[in-house]
This record gives sequence, structure tokens and C-alpha cells, in this order.
Amino acid sequence: MLTLSGVSYRYAGYAKPVLHDIDLSLADGEIVGVVGANESGKSTLCLVASGLAPGSIGGAVTGGGLAIDGEPMADKPLYAFSTRVGIAFQNPATQLSGVTGSVFEEVALGPMNLGLTQRETVERTNAAMATLGIEHLWDREPRRLSGGQGQLVVIASLLAMRPPHLVLDEPTAQLDPEGTRLVGDALRALASTGTALLIVEHKTDLLDGLCHRVVALDEGRIVLDGPAAAILEDDRLAALGVDLPSRVRLARALGSRGLDAAAVLA
Amino acid sequence: MPATPSPYHRLNPLTKAVIATVGSIGAFVLGGYVGPIAIIAATLVLAWRAGVAGRLARVSLLLTLPIAISVVLVSVFTRAGTTVLFEIGPFDATVEGVDFALQTLVRLFAISLSIGLFIMTTEPRAFVFDLERRGVPPRAAFVAVATIEAVPTLVERATTISESQRARGLDTEGSFVARVRGLLPIVGPVIIGSLTDVEERSLALESRAFSRPGRRHLLWAMPDSGWERVLRWALVIGLVAAAAARISGRI
Repeated sequence: MLTLSGVSYRYAGYAKPVLHDIDLSLADGEIVGVVGANESGKSTLCLVASGLAPGSIGGAVTGGGLAIDGEPMADKPLYAFSTRVGIAFQNPATQLSGVTGSVFEEVALGPMNLGLTQRETVERTNAAMATLGIEHLWDREPRRLSGGQGQLVVIASLLAMRPPHLVLDEPTAQLDPEGTRLVGDALRALASTGTALLIVEHKTDLLDGLCHRVVALDEGRIVLDGPAAAILEDDRLAALGVDLPSRVRLARALGSRGLDAAAVLA
Repeated sequence: MPATPSPYHRLNPLTKAVIATVGSIGAFVLGGYVGPIAIIAATLVLAWRAGVAGRLARVSLLLTLPIAISVVLVSVFTRAGTTVLFEIGPFDATVEGVDFALQTLVRLFAISLSIGLFIMTTEPRAFVFDLERRGVPPRAAFVAVATIEAVPTLVERATTISESQRARGLDTEGSFVARVRGLLPIVGPVIIGSLTDVEERSLALESRAFSRPGRRHLLWAMPDSGWERVLRWALVIGLVAAAAARISGRI
């Protein structure tokens, strides 16, 4: 379980915190979606939840703290996070190491950094690639992959570290519909293996039917938190600059014309 | 292990690095004509065996040419000598100057060929990971490979930015001044974009235990045979002996 308790965080050089009093927990196997307008603090939340803020980028947690499985993480070295929580960002091109000649080597880089034996590294790498269905890409040069394939390789690289929690900051933001579909399918497959996911995403269609819970952020505060089905149908999302999923919009459009949405969509 | 097309390519990267180093320093240490020309001949034979002789000769000539021109001009006309070949204004071209220029040229060409052969037949990642296997810290190995591998990415980025700037009317053709002026709007975005990428990449790497101290088990190792180790030591000892003989005036 990953727990943020009353966390406030400010970036280095900033007078005011960007996150305020965040209470958020991510149980094992749970999938939590995070929505909110631009500048609402979603990416900062990802950095704090993964230990990169303040661990790598600096700044300060001005209140509360992060704990994983009940253990406070405040003074842990960065590499201690890598086996407990992985993070993926929007752009696959900047997350690939740039030093490997094949997808297999790229996925294996993390386990190698952990000092695992060659045999264990190979076993983890094969397993991570199989989970996401990208075994066929094993000898491809990472730089030459499409956006969707690249993002899957990034996620596989994290999976090979075997973290029980994954934080994904708009994993499909730069992907075309095909890439989005690839990543969406992979996340569903991941969820079925029991990995806990915290997914920041503008595309509420991706969160709809995938997440157990959704939280909405506004100006660095959690303003909505509840079951995905309820939050993704909540009209207050529009006021926060978040589009409702197309399923909900379509049902409402049909309802406004006197049609039974459930019957039509069935 | 990466696929390699010739027996020379398949040599351990350190062996090729030693051959390049001994060839380069040897050409400088030996001086005269015989030593550097022997190194040129040996390097071209190795390059021919590796299937890169033509490309290596072309690239080395092109790389040596600008330095060669300045060496010839400076040496031929400013080197003191007794046998004057011809005069241009206040400058005398002497036989001694021509001799010095030719000796410098064969050295330069030998150095250029030696280094060029190494670059053309060695994958940078293979070389650096081989060094890591021999004890170079992983962080240093990563920095070395990332620097080398960043070049094509930078070139791609610069090309994209250049094309998009041209599409918006930026003139990058014409006179020297116009070309320099055209460079400025390209250099800024390339550098800033690269710095942003580096920041995100470093965060992504931290998520993969990059900062964990200690050694790692590499996935593959370049083969290294006993005779290659003997060859490396023989080359190094030969180079030291040549340097000692040169310093003592025996050659």
C-alpha cells in the first residue's frame, strides 16, 4: 500500500506549495485515476508519489509524508524507491535510456542496475515483455519504435523492476489512437496481475472501465474522490476542465432526446 | 551480443583500441618515413580485411586535408634550410621544409587511419561495456555511451527544427553571414530541448535504480581470447621499447 498522508509540497525556489494536504492511498491491486485541469498539480503528485520529488528534483515536503507498506520513505535513497514504485511520463523518447541497442537490453537495464544475476535479469526481462505482449520487439532498436511501442517498452522496463506500484503520468498523451489502444490494453493486462496503478490522464475514456477509483485535483488539492463510475459521471468535473467520458456524454445525449441509453448502447 | 561482419570487427574492443593507440602514438614516436608508412600499410591491410579500406582512406584523407594544407604551408615556407627550391616574395621554400612537411603528413595520415579504423569497426556501446566489465564504474560507462549515442539524436532534432524554421521563412542558405544568422534560431531550441530531455531522462533512470551503488552483471561480454591478450601486451611493450629507443637516440 502506497500512502500519502496530508502531503504538501513546494518546488525549489517557489514560496507557495503546489500540493496542499493530499491524502491518497493506493492499495495493492487498486487502480486510481487522477484527473484535473492543466496546472492542477497532477504531475507534481506523480513525482511526490514516486519519491522523485523532493528526492531527485529538490523542493520540500512542507507537511505530511509518503509511506509504502507502512514504512515512511522520507529519508530513503532514491534507488530504494525503484523496486517499490515505478513512474512513467508522457514522452517515451525521453524515458528510454539512450544507451541500449535493443529493446531487450533496454528492459533489462533496470534489473542490471539492481545488481541481479544475469539469469535473474533475463528471466525478469522476458516476463515483463511477455506481460505487455512485446516479445516480438526484443531485437528492435529502441530509438526506432513508434510512440505506442516506445511507451510499452518504458512500462516493461519498469515492470522488470517488479514494483508493486506504478505511477503513470499521462501515458497516452503523445500517442495516436493505435498507440493509446496498445497502452490501454497493456494497462488492463497489468491490472489483472495485481499491480497497483496511479494513472494521471486527460483521456477519461481510458480511465472509464479501468479504474476502481478516481480523484480530481484542483489547484493542488483533492476536490473529488470516489468510485470511478460515480466520479466520471459527476457534473462537477466539467467545471474543473475535465471532459466526461464519451460513454457518459453519449448516454446523456440520447437521454435528452427521450431515448433509453441503456437499451440503445446494448 | 551485436552481430559483426568481419573477423577484425569481432576482435575484442580493447584489442582494437590498443591497435589504434599504438598506431597513433607509434607514428608519432617513430618519426621519419619508414615507421609511419609501415603503420599506414598495416592499417590499410587490416581495413581491407575488415571491408572498410576504401571508406577509411576517403574519410582519413578528408579529415587530414585541412591540417595537411596548413602544415605544408607553414613547414615548406618557414622552416629554415640551406637548399632553396623556389621563392615567393619574402618566403623561401626549402628542401628541408618539404621533407619536414612530408614527414608530418605521413604521421598525420597514420594517426587518422589508426583512429578511423577503430571507430569504423567498433560499436561504442561494446567498447564501453567491455571497459565496465574490466572495472570502469557503471556511471562513467553510462556517461560515455550516452554522450556518443546522443549525437544522432541531436542531429535529428537539429534537422527537424531547421526544417520547421525554414517552413516559417528562415533563410539558412546564401552568404556566410546569412548562414550564421540562420543558425541562431536553430541552436537555441536544440540546446534547450536537449536539456529538457536530459532532465526527464534522469528522472526515468532514477526510477530504474541508476543511482544504486555497486557493480552490475552485464548481459553479454565481448569475447577475449588468450592470443588477443598476448597481442595487446606485445603491442604495448613494442611501443614502450620504440619510445625508449627513440629517446636514447638509437632510432
